[in-house]
Amino acid sequence: MIKMNMLQAINSALITAMDDDEKVMVFGEDVGHFGGVFRATSNLQQKFGKARCFNTPLTEQGIIGFANGLASQGSVPVAEIQFGDYIFPAFDQIINETAKFRYRSGGQFTCGTLTIRTPYGGGIAGGLYHSQSPEAFFAHIPGMKVVIPRNPYQAKGLLLASIRDDNPVLFMEPKRLYRASVGEVPEEDYELPLGKADVVKEGEHITLLAWGAQVEVIEKAAEMAEKDGISCEIIDLRSILPWDAQTVSESVKKTGRLLINHEAPQTGGFASEISATVQERCFLYLESPITRVCGLDTPYPLAHEKEYMPDHLKTYEAIKRCVNF
Amino acid sequence: MKDRNHLFDVGISHTVNIIDKGTVDIPMLQILQPDGSAHSDADMPDISQDTAHKIFQTMHYIRVLDERMVGAQRQGRISFYLACSGEEASTVGSAAALSDNDMIMSQYREQGALAYRGYRTEQFMNQMFSNKLDPNKGRQMPIHYGDKALNFMTISSPLATQIPQAAGYAYGQKMAGNQAITICYFGEGAASEGDFHAGLNMAAVLSCPVIFFCRNNGYAISTPSSEQFCGDGIASRGLGYGIKTIRVDGNDVLAVYLATKKAREIALAENCPVLIEAMTYRLAAHSTSDDPSGYRSKEEEQKWREKDPVQRFENWMKSKGWINEEQHKQFIEQTRQEVLAQMKKAEQVDICAIDDLVNDVYDTPPWHLQEQLSQLKKHISLYPEAYPKTAGRIRHD
Ligand SMILES: Cc1ncc(C[n+]2csc(CCOP(=O)(O)OP(=O)(O)O)c2C)c(N)n1
Repeated sequence: MIKMNMLQAINSALITAMDDDEKVMVFGEDVGHFGGVFRATSNLQQKFGKARCFNTPLTEQGIIGFANGLASQGSVPVAEIQFGDYIFPAFDQIINETAKFRYRSGGQFTCGTLTIRTPYGGGIAGGLYHSQSPEAFFAHIPGMKVVIPRNPYQAKGLLLASIRDDNPVLFMEPKRLYRASVGEVPEEDYELPLGKADVVKEGEHITLLAWGAQVEVIEKAAEMAEKDGISCEIIDLRSILPWDAQTVSESVKKTGRLLINHEAPQTGGFASEISATVQERCFLYLESPITRVCGLDTPYPLAHEKEYMPDHLKTYEAIKRCVNF
Repeated sequence: MKDRNHLFDVGISHTVNIIDKGTVDIPMLQILQPDGSAHSDADMPDISQDTAHKIFQTMHYIRVLDERMVGAQRQGRISFYLACSGEEASTVGSAAALSDNDMIMSQYREQGALAYRGYRTEQFMNQMFSNKLDPNKGRQMPIHYGDKALNFMTISSPLATQIPQAAGYAYGQKMAGNQAITICYFGEGAASEGDFHAGLNMAAVLSCPVIFFCRNNGYAISTPSSEQFCGDGIASRGLGYGIKTIRVDGNDVLAVYLATKKAREIALAENCPVLIEAMTYRLAAHSTSDDPSGYRSKEEEQKWREKDPVQRFENWMKSKGWINEEQHKQFIEQTRQEVLAQMKKAEQVDICAIDDLVNDVYDTPPWHLQEQLSQLKKHISLYPEAYPKTAGRIRHD
């Protein structure tokens, strides 16, 4: 295995997928010759030609509408939206079209081969339009999967699984980890399962749940809590939709406590959905209320980014409150 | 006005008529030749020496500002910057043709228009350093300016969203009986967005006094215009929507000035939109996060450097005897010093108080934001060293 950062791992996944299946096509704003503004698609055009890896005009609704058509024809589009914040011009194509193609046609037509990749999240001094975490919007539409990796190894395995899954997948990449996270990644082909959470570390007193870049944050908070004698179980949800309620519930039944951390605003965030489900499934096992450590219910700020973030210190304090309830 | 049914009133042909892009040929207005001398048969704009001088100084001012701020970004003093080098004539020339009551809705590369309106160095700096004197209260990235007093709408990052908004703003101006128009700037890349098409169509159908000003600078980040659109540029789309259209040399400030003056007259007199496509070139990198050597050649850039809009205008001004070299040198030196001094000053100013994290989300913060704020303040007081920019200034109410 060799060491890669997350961008290299994504690039490696794309090369593997394009090598493996000539129907795979990669496109979006600046993804062609230049390799994307983050360089996730570097060298693809040189390797596979302009017909399979290309720049599109600057129109997100166009990109996804085009991708929907391609997917319904049986090609395998991997469309990039340059920033998660700019997925909203394509919202109608995703929500009303991508997600409902199969259902509305009685299974005759589908966008199952489509994968949409997009960087998301904060911590990079990006202010309100380069930092949003919009996963909860997409968790509310039946018909597609939403997947988020936490490190380079996960990124390659989950992206390959997403491209080959027979459902449209929104693959959200935590951009603050793009270059920051480096790890061993197999050069060969491998897949990680969609819809399955990953138990990163076992523990006894409380379950800490997060996804993407926030997994690092709960790990850091867990380290602090361990010094106080609190043993934390750490789970990376990996898929937001469908999400692995079973793994999470089993863990909560064991520890009796759950803390969920995400960057997006708290109200209507995906933690709300998890809380409700876990409460239904584990009510009698809970020893304290389910706790959320999330972004504030404000747009994502610039100067107050540090204050806004659900960081390790806020998480650590919440762990103590939860355990000492 | 044409009859609403005008489309059904067309001529008839008995052979297949194919209209392609060669059939429509929209010429480009040019007054100054690249060396700065005027074409002998050109329509000269009626421009006073004072106005010409203000245009000249503003172009130089933003060149100095850009140079310094790109440098400041390299030194890590600001997080991000976007230069407008190569496009000074487009934004300054057009802004000069407006009245101060006209609304400006811009994309992000129009510091020239803002400076022409009178935005001061200090104001530029406060926004870029996101300090508490920034009217956006430190919420947006550098270069997202906005100033109500100067009729300059605060910039939003999602591209093209200002285009349909400009149509609506202009409709409101018309309904209110204001003798004012709206100008809306955007790049040729942004003109691919759905909002562009929606905005132009709305403006045309609803007769909105708005100037759509496209800076066609050849690139949208790395994507050349040849991969952005086919057909005869952005200008031909104006015609498609039934909008009066002018194509102008965006590196010729006199031509831009004249075109915008005319467009404004028409928009105001006829209550209709006008589209201007300014043909220019983005000499700078897209932003400080971009490296253009990855997608275009030095030779190409050099070719456009030779058409430098600032130099071109300078030559014309000299030929008129309207420049005093000594005063000009002084102005540049003064500007440099002022930028440095104001930068140092803005750097020293605190960020906004923590309460501004929840202010302006609504007119007043509802209970849940108040609750989140007070929890946050308690938390910051527990770990003051982790939140150094706000910890010392927290009040518990
Ligand atoms: C809706 C949306 N999509 C993508 C982006 C990212 N982005 C920022 S600038 C830019 C290129 C814009 O090009 P153009 O409109 O031609 O203006 P120029 O930069 O050339 O002045 C892109 C793709 C964005 N800000 N908004």
